[in-house]
Amino acid sequence: MKVLLKNAYAVDPQVELNSQYDILIEDGIIKRVEKQISEKVDEMIDLKGCVIVPAFADVHVHLREPGREDEETIATGINAAMAGGFTALCCMPNTEPAIDCAEVVTFIKDRSANSLVDVFPIGAVTKRREGKELALLGEMAEAGVVGFSDDGNAISNSQLVRYAFEYSSMFDLPIIEHCEDPSLTVNGVMNESINSTILGLPPHPSLAEVLIALRDVAILKYCGGKLHLAHISAKETVEVLRNAKKEKLNVTGEVTPHHFSLTDDAVKSYDTNTKVNPPLRTQSDVDALIEGLKDGTIDVISSDHAPHSIEEKEWEFIYAPFGMIGLETSVALTLTKLYHTKILSLEEIIYKMSINPRKIFNLPKATIQPDKTANLTILNLDMEWIVDKFSFKSKSINTPFHGWKLKGKVIGVLNNQKMCLNEQLKIIK
Amino acid sequence: MPLSSRHLLGLYGLPKSDIKLILDTAKSFREIIERPIKKVPTLQGKTVVNLFFESSTRTRISFELAEKRLSADVLNFSASTSSLTKGETLKDTVRNIEAMKIDMVVIRHSAAGSPHYLTTLIDANVINAGDGSHEHPTQALLDMYTIREKLGKIEGVNVCIVGDIAHSRVAMSNIFGLLTMGANVAVCGPKTMIPRDLEKLGVNCFTNIDDAIKFSDVLNILRIQLERGAAVNFPSLREYHRLYGITKERLLKNKKDVLIMHPGPINRGVELSSDIADSSNSVILEQVTNGVAIRMAVLYLIGTRIEEEK
Repeated sequence: MKVLLKNAYAVDPQVELNSQYDILIEDGIIKRVEKQISEKVDEMIDLKGCVIVPAFADVHVHLREPGREDEETIATGINAAMAGGFTALCCMPNTEPAIDCAEVVTFIKDRSANSLVDVFPIGAVTKRREGKELALLGEMAEAGVVGFSDDGNAISNSQLVRYAFEYSSMFDLPIIEHCEDPSLTVNGVMNESINSTILGLPPHPSLAEVLIALRDVAILKYCGGKLHLAHISAKETVEVLRNAKKEKLNVTGEVTPHHFSLTDDAVKSYDTNTKVNPPLRTQSDVDALIEGLKDGTIDVISSDHAPHSIEEKEWEFIYAPFGMIGLETSVALTLTKLYHTKILSLEEIIYKMSINPRKIFNLPKATIQPDKTANLTILNLDMEWIVDKFSFKSKSINTPFHGWKLKGKVIGVLNNQKMCLNEQLKIIK
Repeated sequence: MPLSSRHLLGLYGLPKSDIKLILDTAKSFREIIERPIKKVPTLQGKTVVNLFFESSTRTRISFELAEKRLSADVLNFSASTSSLTKGETLKDTVRNIEAMKIDMVVIRHSAAGSPHYLTTLIDANVINAGDGSHEHPTQALLDMYTIREKLGKIEGVNVCIVGDIAHSRVAMSNIFGLLTMGANVAVCGPKTMIPRDLEKLGVNCFTNIDDAIKFSDVLNILRIQLERGAAVNFPSLREYHRLYGITKERLLKNKKDVLIMHPGPINRGVELSSDIADSSNSVILEQVTNGVAIRMAVLYLIGTRIEEEK
């Protein structure tokens, strides 16, 4: 099967590609990247007006299977990922049962096999994510996890964190920390600010995040290992990461589009779709996150896609669960909020959403050069569209972005000899 | 001129004209409830549901009395446990009640924002009778009414709220309402009871009670609520009384002829001493009477607004 992508504007900073090219793909492998290719092919697609980039990877998603298939399944999560421009997902272990042994890892790998999207489980650090004893890290490493996390909770026992760093370093896998000191966030549901006071909602201070980030950096410095800070939301945490990097520690960090697109003003409606952990912060935090993205402190943009059923979100704000979905809005929010505002270049976005996450978690490489797998995302940077949660491929609709007008759309993805196009393109037979 | 909103969810952002209208209207009702026949036919044929998800005696009784004096049909729904434990959502509970054709809902709930949520679920008018640590607008309105009656004005008056501000919906509604009406607002309490960044609203924050007394024309003293788990943010009731209790000696020492208010119920010997609670400076019982008039005014203004809409 030969596919020719015509007139694609190809951008790949790994090979300093930034121009219009034709790309010839044969059986899922890029064969030629040239200015003008004329060859008899099975399918020719005109990508005029589109940009083609190394495929994006989302290293922080909740796929809910096994256990909460009413909210999301591996299959619907994969569909949402394709719609959202991702060909690789790392899924968090807070499933039921938790991903804390090889069997569950294998189950997820089997369920996602032969798909366009590569799914990589993240193993729990502790058994049943209880924070008491180490899970079977070695067994899970052999089964193919790409990191360890008790995401949803921080590991509060510092000795256990130390063991986790020491033990996981034997497999060269990162610990992904959800930074939250639980003693500071009892009942907390939104960022502590003047808004939490005005709304009367129990506060969830940024102090809880920065304390655990500081602790983990200190432990990392003491005993080695690899640390990845999940969903950084507070300006102080950006500073912790910046300083840790200055010390050349093995630490990376990520931010979600909702944390740089929204502030805790969004909670004023008591819309439970704005309830997320860590909570939406203030404008000065947003500014610091953006600064951290610009200066390279923050390596990765990931969605923390967290599906919840309508029933679960139809509660009083304090009773509703934390979390919002993000797979299908992540790229467009990033383009709208960071690219079109000239905060990040497209190359920088490719680093944050493809090159860096793939490197940190040792995922299949994506690059636009001959003899490499065609692992690509097609974008239209200037297409404007209105977010319609009812048209999502995800099984859940818990997004606060419904009705938002965004600029930049995912047109399609290619990987594993498969292609998925979201938009009608001119296909020349 | 009608109220700007068909609900009363809180005093945050409520225009000055609305607050003034409620206070002025309450004055007429305040006269009516001194009459031998205290009932008016204003809300005849209207059904008001008192939806209380949190235990309350005085607020519920005050609302019920106000509703009955306006001749409304009154339905009391009290859930001693939260709807969560009963397995029925707030959504289903209120939709069921609304299906019986009701006009107004008075809601008390431990979760902040429940009244706002309610307005997205039902068409009836919603009056907030206290939601979590968020707001208790009718309490603040009756407090402001009492201040205006006693001091002749609200604008320029120095009001200090003393107690656990961080867990008090009474404090927050008072702060919002008083600021709108042009009062000088302060709070006083241990630092652990004052929410972070409160000064940003334009509120003075005192941690020393003598400073607060010197500042104040009015002291609005909050009940120290042991039941809200507040006990962890201060060492003991005895120490609270020692540092923040309003006593005769303290008032004398600070020369002040100050109006003493309290939303009740009082913990005598904790936040204020008995002699002060029963002194001529205390308007605590007048607040209770004024509360009925304020609630009649709110129900009336919202109830008649329905008729204008229809």
